Amino acid sequence: MITGTPKPIEEILEMVDPYDRIVVAGCYGCVTVCRVGGEKEVQVLSSTLRLARETAGKKITIKEVCLERQCDPEYIEQMRSYVHDYQAVLSIACGAGIQFLAEKYTTTPLLPGINTGFLGVTERQGEWAERCQGCGDCVLHLTGGICPVTRCAKSLFHGPCGGSVQGHCEVGKDTPCGWQLIIDRLKALDQMDNYTKLKPYKGWNTSRDGGPRRIVREDMI
Amino acid sequence: MKAGSNLEKVLAAGHFAVTAECGPPRGADPEIVRKKAAYVKGNVDACNVTDNQTSVVRMSSVAGCVLLKEMGIEPLLQMVVRDRNRIALQSDLLGASALGVRNMLCLSGDHQKFGDDPQAKNVFDIDSMQLIHLVRTMRDEGVFPSGQKLEGAPKFFIGCAVNPFADPFEIRVPRLKMKMMAGADFVQTQCIYNMDKFKTYLEDAKRQGLHEKVKILAGVTPLKSAGMAKFMKKMVAGMDIPDAVIKRIADEPKEKQAAKGIEMCIEQIQELKEMEGIAGVHVMAIEWEEKLQEIIGGAGLLPRPVVD
Amino acid sequence: MLPCTGRIEETLLLEAFENGADGVMVIGCLEGDCHYLSGNIRARARVARVAGILESIRIGGDRIRMFNLSAGEGAKFAAYVNEFVGQIRELGPSSINVARKNAA
Repeated sequence: MITGTPKPIEEILEMVDPYDRIVVAGCYGCVTVCRVGGEKEVQVLSSTLRLARETAGKKITIKEVCLERQCDPEYIEQMRSYVHDYQAVLSIACGAGIQFLAEKYTTTPLLPGINTGFLGVTERQGEWAERCQGCGDCVLHLTGGICPVTRCAKSLFHGPCGGSVQGHCEVGKDTPCGWQLIIDRLKALDQMDNYTKLKPYKGWNTSRDGGPRRIVREDMI
Repeated sequence: MKAGSNLEKVLAAGHFAVTAECGPPRGADPEIVRKKAAYVKGNVDACNVTDNQTSVVRMSSVAGCVLLKEMGIEPLLQMVVRDRNRIALQSDLLGASALGVRNMLCLSGDHQKFGDDPQAKNVFDIDSMQLIHLVRTMRDEGVFPSGQKLEGAPKFFIGCAVNPFADPFEIRVPRLKMKMMAGADFVQTQCIYNMDKFKTYLEDAKRQGLHEKVKILAGVTPLKSAGMAKFMKKMVAGMDIPDAVIKRIADEPKEKQAAKGIEMCIEQIQELKEMEGIAGVHVMAIEWEEKLQEIIGGAGLLPRPVVD
Repeated sequence: MLPCTGRIEETLLLEAFENGADGVMVIGCLEGDCHYLSGNIRARARVARVAGILESIRIGGDRIRMFNLSAGEGAKFAAYVNEFVGQIRELGPSSINVARKNAA
């Protein structure tokens, strides 16, 4: 899922300062699962904003909504009937959702209520970790199912570097060395011959470096 | 001859080679480089010039190499893949070759987290293994990795680094082999203190005949004090300093520890010199360049051979 | 009707403040004695989060507190309520109630 963290309330209060009628829009997708932008978070954030603003002598009116997904046009369309009654939309969906709202409602200022994180997994309640950078050219079948681009701090294709110590990455003891993980797994799978092959230079053009990406599947259109 | 560097010639002639390193200053003052280089001159076959080591911004390695060259010292360009994408790497390689640099060392580079600019964007477009391959392709095939023909191929004696002590140990020799296959002509090792572990590594490498295909220069760093030894053991990732080594220097009174460190380093070089498969030493006298002559001379490696 | 403090959402606690409460007590069963195993532990975490929110918007984290009691501890209940009410009295009206009064 796409993960995120709430923005500090001070930052949000500063963003909404010019407005006294806003929509707080959540999303039932990824951000609900990682508990940063779902229905409950919409309620808590709205309540918090009302309390803070009224305490400061500047009451704010908030419409609380949570869309099925902010990354699909049909759900965004559901806001059309009321969005123009408000001065701004504070979205706590991921950056993709917020931008899609902005594209559809061109005269409404869009404010981000969360900092979008990464493509990750729930390692345990309250703890998420990155697993994929969406680089556009998956090699997991060669690396024991562990991604060198994401799990190695240097995205090395021939790791580990000299900074790998007792399974930890040089960036910190809390970060496992991605290449130690890969090697352990390749050994368990009896695929160490994958390790010793020289890998071609990665084409980063399928990643963000090629510019904003688009997927067109003619068969689906 | 692949590049015709002095280091390559010395090794080809079968001499026990000596390299050292020079860290460029944190500023634009060339006198600092010249002062350090004066201690190096005449004592080595080539001198590494580090590339923003530990991610701390320093004068560029290419500039440092040229300053050394002007003084008649053969430079060895270190190049990390942390800060430059393949476009910049190729361009700097061409430039360095044009300026007469004939040795280079391919490295990953420490993570930028350790330096002055932990918020910097890192690059790691290709890794150090692929950089070896890239330089070899340009040198031997006269083409860019993209396939375009070069107007003059760069000439480098290609080096790489290995850390025989990092984890996991069992892939250390396979990695050396991979680097050799990618195109490395020589290798400089991480500082060796644990000679037993190093011998195990070397024996493994020799069984595969790697020492015949890639010149192995053993890395050594003289210890200035027991404190330095303990600090390095604790703080430097992948540094293996056995307690017996620390004890030997710690048993000396403080004012004699530096002399003991030099004595231990000389002994170690003499031992390495006798080991089959070791083609030379890389003496990293960190911020202690003034002792290079004493160490290298003490090990009986001076004067340096002149090879045509 | 709430069968368990574990069913209390953060938003409900914040609403109490929006509706004019100067302080909120959440009283759950003794820890380790939850009929639903961990309801009161969840409640404790939620109360802590709401306290953090109240602190960040200068209403004050000390205006909300979690207490744990068993059904047989009537006297202790009274003592807790008196203690908490005393504490809130000392703090005075919450800043939002002050602002409302000033606005009126």
